[in-house]
Parts: sequence; C-alpha cells; structure tokens
Amino acid sequence: MKNSRRSFLKLAGISALGLGTKPVLNAFASGGHSEKHEAEIQKNPDALKAKRWAMVIDTRKFESEEDFEPIIEACNKIHNIPKHTNKRHEIYWIWVDEFKHVFINQEHEFVDDRVKHLPFLVLCNHCEKPACVRACPTKATFKREDGIVLMDFHRCIGCRFCMAACPYGSRSFNFRDPRPFIKEENKEFPTRMKGVVEKCNFCAERLAVGKTPACAEASNGAIVVGDLHDPESEVRELLKNNYTIRRKPDLGAGPAIYYIV
Amino acid sequence: MLELAIKGGKKYWILIIGLLAVMGIAFGFWLWQLSFGLGITGMSRDVSWGFYIAQFTFLVGVAAGGVMVVLPYYLHDYKAFGRITILGEFLAIASVIMCLMFIIADLGQPMRALNVLLYPTPGSVLFWDMIVLNVYLLLNIIVGWNVIEAERNNIKYPGWIKALAIFSIVWAPLIHTVTAYLYCGLPGRGFWLTAILAPRFLASAFAAGPALLILLCLIIRRVTKFDPGKEQIQSLAKIVTYAIIINVFFFLCEIFVVFYSRIPSHMDHIKYLFFGLHGHNALVPWMWTSMAFMVTSIILLVNPITRKNEAVLAFACVILFIGTWIDKGMGMISGGFVPNPLHHVVEYAPTIPEIIITLGVWATGFFVLTILFKIAISVKEEVSGV
Repeated sequence: MKNSRRSFLKLAGISALGLGTKPVLNAFASGGHSEKHEAEIQKNPDALKAKRWAMVIDTRKFESEEDFEPIIEACNKIHNIPKHTNKRHEIYWIWVDEFKHVFINQEHEFVDDRVKHLPFLVLCNHCEKPACVRACPTKATFKREDGIVLMDFHRCIGCRFCMAACPYGSRSFNFRDPRPFIKEENKEFPTRMKGVVEKCNFCAERLAVGKTPACAEASNGAIVVGDLHDPESEVRELLKNNYTIRRKPDLGAGPAIYYIV
Repeated sequence: MLELAIKGGKKYWILIIGLLAVMGIAFGFWLWQLSFGLGITGMSRDVSWGFYIAQFTFLVGVAAGGVMVVLPYYLHDYKAFGRITILGEFLAIASVIMCLMFIIADLGQPMRALNVLLYPTPGSVLFWDMIVLNVYLLLNIIVGWNVIEAERNNIKYPGWIKALAIFSIVWAPLIHTVTAYLYCGLPGRGFWLTAILAPRFLASAFAAGPALLILLCLIIRRVTKFDPGKEQIQSLAKIVTYAIIINVFFFLCEIFVVFYSRIPSHMDHIKYLFFGLHGHNALVPWMWTSMAFMVTSIILLVNPITRKNEAVLAFACVILFIGTWIDKGMGMISGGFVPNPLHHVVEYAPTIPEIIITLGVWATGFFVLTILFKIAISVKEEVSGV
C-alpha cells in the first residue's frame, strides 16, 4: 500500500514538473522561429503602413502652454486616460516638461529664453532597441515590425520591470482601478484594470483604420508622423531640412521621436 | 520528522501563535491591497519599486549568505561547521520563501504570475531570477531534509546529497548575481548601472547572512540544550568580518568612480541619499546611520578582543545587520529611482499598510524558520541524548 502510494506521488510529481516546464522548453526548442499561423488576419485596406514609424515635433510652432492642451486632451480622451486626484497614481501618455528635464544632458545655463521657458512634449519614444521590451518577463510589451512598441494589458503581470528599464519615464502603472476617474468613456478603446502598466501606443488603433495619431491630428501640423525608411515621406523631408535632436541619444536606444528646436 | 514541530514547550507555542497573529493581520491588509491595488502603498510612477522589492533584494542576500557555513564544510572539510550546516540551509529556505512572497506582494496582477512560465522570455532577467530562486529553494529543501534525517537515523547522508550540496554552493552566489543583474543592466538608472553592483550585493550578503546566523546560534544556545559551539561562532565571525570590510571597500570604489568622474547622472542619486537633493532629504539620516553601523561593526569585529567577547560580538552583528538592511533594504531601491529619468526629485516612503504587509512576510519567514530550527534542534538533542 505504502509502496504504491509513494510511486503514485513520484509519478504525479514528475508529471506536474513536465507540464509546468513544457512551455519553457518549447521556448528554447523553437529557436527563434515563430509558430505557424493558423488564421490569416485581414488588414484594413485603408490602414496607414510604414516600415519604421517615426514622429517629428516642430517645437518652433508652439508658443505657450495653451498650445499643448488640445493635443494632450485629444490623447487622454481617445485612450480613456484617467484623471487621478492622488499624484502618486497619475497616468501619462503624452505630457509636457521643461527643456532641462526633457533634454537632461543637452541643457546649459545660457540656453536661449524661448527654449528655456517653452514646454516640450514627451511621450513613449518607440525605441529601435527598447529596454522595456527586453526587461518584460512575459512579452506583455513588445515591438511591432513597424517599430511601434505596444502593451498587452491582459498579459501584463504588473511587475513594473519595464518602468525601471525605460530611461525616459514614459510608462505609468494603474495603482488602482482607473475607471471611476475617466470623465467620458470612449467605447472604441479599452479601459484598463488595476495592476497593469500602460503608455503611448502611437495610436496603433487609429493607424489601423487610416487615421493619423490623435496628437498629430490636433497639432495643426506641428507634429508629423511617417515612415523613416521612405525617403519621400514627410518626416524624412523634415529631418533633411532641419536640425533635429532626440532624447538621451547616448544610451543607444534609438528613439523614434525627433524634435526640431 | 514534522511531528517534532508540534512537540514544544510553552514559550515555543507563544512564539508560534504570536507569529501567526502577525501573519493573519498582514494577510488581511494584503487582501485589501489585492482589492484596491498597489495604490495603498507609497509607490508612484516615479518610484515604481519600493519596500517590497527592497526586502526581496536584501533577503536574497541572506539566503545566499547561508552558503558561508555550507561551503567550508563540504569544500574544505572544515568539520566544526558540520554541526551547523543545517542551520544555514534552513535559513536559506526561510529567506527564499520570503523573497518569493515579496515578489508576489509586489505584483499588480499576482493571479497572472504564472504568465512568466506560460510565455517564457529568456531575454528578461526576471525570468532567470525566478529560475535561480526556485532551484535554490528546492536544493536547500532536499539537502537540508536529507542531512537532518540521516543525522536522526545515525547514518551518513547519501553520496548524492553531497553532490547536491556542492551544487548548491555554486548556485548560491548565482541567485544574488542574477538579482543584481535585475538592476545593473538597465540603461537609464545611473545609480545601478555599475559593474560593482553584483560583487557589492554578494559582499553584503556574506556579511548579513552569517551575522544573522551568529545571532541565531547565540539564541539557540540560550533557549535549547543544543550548543552550536564557540569555535563555530568565532569562525562565522571571521567570515562576517572579511565580508563587511569588502562590502564597504566596494562601496568606496563606487564613490571614487562616481565623484571623481563627476558624471551627474551617477552622482545625483548618491547625493540624494547622503546629502539630499533640491531640498529633499528623507533618507539622509538613514544612510548615515547605515554607514556608522557598518563602520562600527568593522571596528568591533576586526579587534580580536572585542570579537571574542560574545556579548560584543552579538552587538556588532545586530548593528551590522541593521546597517546592511538600511543600505540594501531602503537606500538601494529608492536611491535608484530618485531623481527620476526626467531629473525630478519625487520621494518615496512606505505607507502603514505597506509596512504591515512587509512585517507579515517577515513573520512568515520567521515562522518557517522557527519550525525548521525546532525540528533540526530536536533531532540534535535526541541524538546527543540530552
């Protein structure tokens, strides 16, 4: 009796171990090849496409704080971003800060007055080599082929490793249920639950139906998005004719947001 | 052998019930955190890891520190430690359990924790940390249990146990190295971005772990009939002495590099911790206390006269443990987040519910430790026939 119970437990233990480690072993066995796709996803023919999405922000076109409000508001509204009362719980996708905070290692004492006092827009940089994607233990944050870094809110375990990894402070965490703090819910975009990380998604849901990102649309031409790999694109045109800077280029993350100062 | 854990005196049961009470209260607060979210803690989008992850980091060190009694016995055949290797192994078990609990307490969606296995990501250090910690836990359970069972039956432990024990000796530095890699590979955090981080973690681990073990040995001698031994305690004390000196040396290496090079993104965190930054200085008294405690413990431990006096030794171990705990358990994590990537100084302090949940995890660790030590010592008393 005792013997059979013991051997049963042994067998059960080994089976459980086998089941538990199967996905892990699969990951190593797959050797980088993706699993075969069973269903073909139909793409919207109107969808905006790019080999590598990028954004150019022409900061010369902004004059005061008020110029940024409609841009930030457009994003907040479309993406159901809550307005928390407790500062610790705040969620930002796109916001403004001073030059000395946005371009930490490019600031100096005698920078001209316009730059010194003008707010600068900050958002996720959709990096070429995103530190957040590397850190995430579940692939809940991932980089798409077109360069957009996205979040899977349903897979995120809320470990916040990505927030520690991001050198731009672009990520926010839902420290509590955000839904009671959303003024007007946009039914077209999901609300989030407590305990997951979120950030700017380059309006992937709008690009998919042929619309440009909400911030660009609300910017009166001050924000332009386009394909970095297409020499004819508007972003390439702007980059060719203007001197642009990026945030913390020395880290080598390759941010896709360019600023004309 | 588990039956030994339920045969105890009155004091033993008072301790057990006391720990269970703390665990129960903390569990209630954890349920609150589960329903409200991590918003009941002091963390924010700027300081996104706090007390839980800091305790986790410190306790990985304590777990790894247990190896300092296992190593001399199995690798150098230092017989004296044969009496107490089991204490090191059981301390490691309790510490790793606390580590895993702190990770769970820190997750925003703990019910999804197994996603780490369902979607394994070998590029993420957290994935490897999960593996090394669980393997270390398993190794110590298997080795510890078999060694104490063999001792009870008056036989030598089987050969494969020795092989596993040696494997666990290699594994112990690994758990703390991988834990350091969680931090030191992140591009935008100047405070952590230093190759000395893993060595520093190990040095403070090999000081704090054995220091706790010395204190536990002194307590065991007092409350049980088992004496871990004078020689054993003194040998541990020497290990602690070397480790804490190396820890402070590594820290000073970091200070030199940071302040001689004067790179602001590396300097500002240390400035914040030790002098305050832009008028924010919540951690300044803590950090200087930590330094004073570590230096004082070095003075007391280096001098053979004070080290050999067990009362002084106990005092040195207490302040060393507190000093390394402040350094790693408070300064190391929030120090890395302040100032934030946009160079704003947003301070962090744990909230009351956060502290209670933390105490609950510590109580669980001591609960596990008490039961394991009770079993080990009962066996030792049984065998020696006292």
